[in-house]
Amino acid sequence: MSGIAILDMSLLALIVFLAVGAIEVRNLYSAVMLSSIYSLVMACFWMTNDAWDVAFTEAAVGAGISTILLIGTLVLTGSVETVRKAVSWPALATTLLAGALLIYGTLDMPRYGDPKAPAHTHPMYGAFVRQDVPKHPSGRSAADVAAWHKANPDDKHTDFFHGHVPNQVTSVIVSYRAFDTMFETAVILTAGMALILLLRGRRGNPQRGGLI
Amino acid sequence: MTTNPIMRVIARVNMPLMVVFAVYVQVHGEIGPGGGFQAGVIFAAAFILYGMVFGGAEMRRVFPRWISDAGSALGVLIYAGTGVYSMLMGYPFLDHVAIWPSNPGGAEPWGMVSVEWGVGITVACVMMTIFNEITEGTDDPPPGADTEMVPALHQNKTELG
Repeated sequence: MSGIAILDMSLLALIVFLAVGAIEVRNLYSAVMLSSIYSLVMACFWMTNDAWDVAFTEAAVGAGISTILLIGTLVLTGSVETVRKAVSWPALATTLLAGALLIYGTLDMPRYGDPKAPAHTHPMYGAFVRQDVPKHPSGRSAADVAAWHKANPDDKHTDFFHGHVPNQVTSVIVSYRAFDTMFETAVILTAGMALILLLRGRRGNPQRGGLI
Repeated sequence: MTTNPIMRVIARVNMPLMVVFAVYVQVHGEIGPGGGFQAGVIFAAAFILYGMVFGGAEMRRVFPRWISDAGSALGVLIYAGTGVYSMLMGYPFLDHVAIWPSNPGGAEPWGMVSVEWGVGITVACVMMTIFNEITEGTDDPPPGADTEMVPALHQNKTELG
């Protein structure tokens, strides 16, 4: 077994322990810290899988800002979880059903490490990985590209990356799916506006904030 | 807020580094890992760290609320404005080719940079808004409390640059 597989399994085992710990622990500060460590270990796991963008997001958002905001919330709510009554069977059934559906959805994905997976049958250029490719590897200047564009009006993309930048994740997110990302940004703006409308000035002025 | 001098010194030294790293992630968004969302989150985390250590009122002094309110909307405006610009130039919505029609491969990164700045500004400002609103009024020092444990740093600000 290769070293990277052993590392992956160790990280995944650690992730499972951290998740169970974050659910089971009564002190909410401990729970927040455990979920933060969970995100950090998850980021390490993405790194060993060469998913740089996901690892970066997990570290910045999962381990960083989520922890800060959760601690800010704990200042308001208190730090010890109240003991709840025994298992709620409808909730457990719903959760198990949703989890089973999600796992069923992953059955169509290629197996982990499958050499016939699309990610492996469409290999990246070596230069693409090194990210040292000029935009026009044939040495075409911008003027040449303009001439090419004039001669071939249907071909808008004359470079190595079909007109996209070397980081294919960013290329997909803000170019190919730019419309989707625009409304994700709008959703974040909406969340901020809702907080301003609901919470701003609530503590200073008890007349305001009657909505919550 | 905390009166622990170690926390105060470390926060004061770390915050500019975090801001610089956020800007680095932002401007390299289209060629490296990361992008507007990560950069905005790191930028906001720097100011939130400052707010947690020095108090929310101090954070709102260095980053006033009207800036974070306006920035939240400005980011979406930049993003949508990039799309509207390409529509005005006769291309489909958010087709970055409109920015430099004679060189589509060169236009793509510029469109993405513009869009990423929109995402980064909105995310940073909204994260700071969330922190401001959920912690407002919870970290005020008690009246008469001596909260200044590192007087030298405040009296002689040039000492740390």
